[in-house]
Amino acid sequence: MTASQIIFYILSAFILGTAVLSVTTRKIFRSAIWLLFSLIGVAGLYFWMEVEFIAAVQIVVYVGGIVVLIIFSLFLTQQSGEVMAKAPVVRKIAAALAVIFGFALTYMLVQQNGFEATGKPFDWSVEKIGNSMLGTADNGYSLPFEVVSMLLLAAMIGCIVIAMKAKPEEQQ
Amino acid sequence: MWSLEQLANTVHEWLNETFPSTWAMLIEFVIVGVCIIGLFAMLGLVLIMMERKVSSWMQLRLGPNRVGPGGMFQTVADTLKLIVKEGMTPNGVDKLLFNVAPFVVMIIAMVIMAPLIFAKGLQIWDINIGVLFITAVSSVSVIGILMAGWASNNKYSLLGAMRSGAQIVSYELSAGFAVLVIVILTGSLRISDIVNAQADGWWIFKGHIPVWIAFVIFMIAVTAETNRAPFDLAEAESELTAGFHTEYSGMKFALFFLAEYVNIFVVCALGATLFFGGWQPLHFGTDTTFNHIMDYIPSSVWFMGKTFFLIFVIMWFRWTFPRLRIDQLLNLEWKYLLPISMFNLLLATVIAIAGWYFQ
Repeated sequence: MTASQIIFYILSAFILGTAVLSVTTRKIFRSAIWLLFSLIGVAGLYFWMEVEFIAAVQIVVYVGGIVVLIIFSLFLTQQSGEVMAKAPVVRKIAAALAVIFGFALTYMLVQQNGFEATGKPFDWSVEKIGNSMLGTADNGYSLPFEVVSMLLLAAMIGCIVIAMKAKPEEQQ
Repeated sequence: MWSLEQLANTVHEWLNETFPSTWAMLIEFVIVGVCIIGLFAMLGLVLIMMERKVSSWMQLRLGPNRVGPGGMFQTVADTLKLIVKEGMTPNGVDKLLFNVAPFVVMIIAMVIMAPLIFAKGLQIWDINIGVLFITAVSSVSVIGILMAGWASNNKYSLLGAMRSGAQIVSYELSAGFAVLVIVILTGSLRISDIVNAQADGWWIFKGHIPVWIAFVIFMIAVTAETNRAPFDLAEAESELTAGFHTEYSGMKFALFFLAEYVNIFVVCALGATLFFGGWQPLHFGTDTTFNHIMDYIPSSVWFMGKTFFLIFVIMWFRWTFPRLRIDQLLNLEWKYLLPISMFNLLLATVIAIAGWYFQ
């Protein structure tokens, strides 16, 4: 086994272990922290694949953005510090079955189709990503890019409207 | 001429000749790790001493002057005291997260160091998205503070952590925009490209107006991101005892304290790299006697000199400005700094496309 493979297995074990912990722990805040570690593990996997841009975006969006948002909403929730009740047996069995079927389905798909190595060198650079993101020619994504920016703008305006305080009426 | 670059290359070649490449790499990991931890310890001692001396100088007093010549060993004595103190874990805390949080903060501060260039050719990892990597990893540092605040099971800690979170998340934007100005002018995210682009003049001189605005915004934003006065609401002593690290003592508290100073070093090193040319000596024009004289000063001295000058500026802020209120803090970011930095980004783009900067 090469060093690269060993690193891959360590990273995978880390991701899976923390992911399992995040769904089995009975303290909600710990669950968020385990999720955070799992996402960092995924970023590590991207670094292992030498796609640094995706890895950095993974950290910015998921770790620095979404998990922080989750933690903030936990802070503002009542009784989030309590230990949650144990799940009933029926739910545990159902969860286990769902996991087994999901695993079987994925395994079957991989078994039938397999992974094909294209052999082509994987060329990515920030310039290339930028050009295709705003390009209108082939492999250009300018329309989806603009649609997403409109969506974000709408979300931003919505946030401002929700957060806006009504001005207290002036006393005559 | 003897240089750090040569030393690093000699060690690298010797390791690759003596061991198989995988083992050589692992040994290099260990060497780099030991060097970084050593640098951390040194920075902790030096910067805390510097802070105390600067504050005493600003307040017309002597500061620490008992241990060693001029009190130089005061921080060593303080560290020894902190090491032998009991690391208490109060009842009612979330033990796992409470003990992990200081290390999370430290590890993130260490990871940010990877793409920085400390001297000519002395860099741990020349990653092609260096600046983005630093911005990405530093956005994680808030997690350690949130963890500490939550796990302490203390109202003050929780409030401090919430304030710190809101502050870091909002000021990250302005810092990011300020960094982007330099990225636009250079046309690359790689730190070594950014430094090489400043060989004929630092960006603060070459880039004129947009870079000056970006530099001022960068300094304000990083002061807020490192939770220092006048933005130290997260640990405001008079309101929240000590904010998110109220419950910590002994070495665990020392780790938070150390991480704060190391973060200051990292952001100042980034500022020196982006705006003041990293290790590049001060050059005017090409091939003058002045330039040749400047070349004799080693590159590591240039880098450290610029970094420590910026650290001094940040300490200057701390001892001269009063603390802001939380609403003033958020107003400053969202109503002033963010619009200014957005327009500044447009201005920088126009200047970069038209080539209106000194080349």
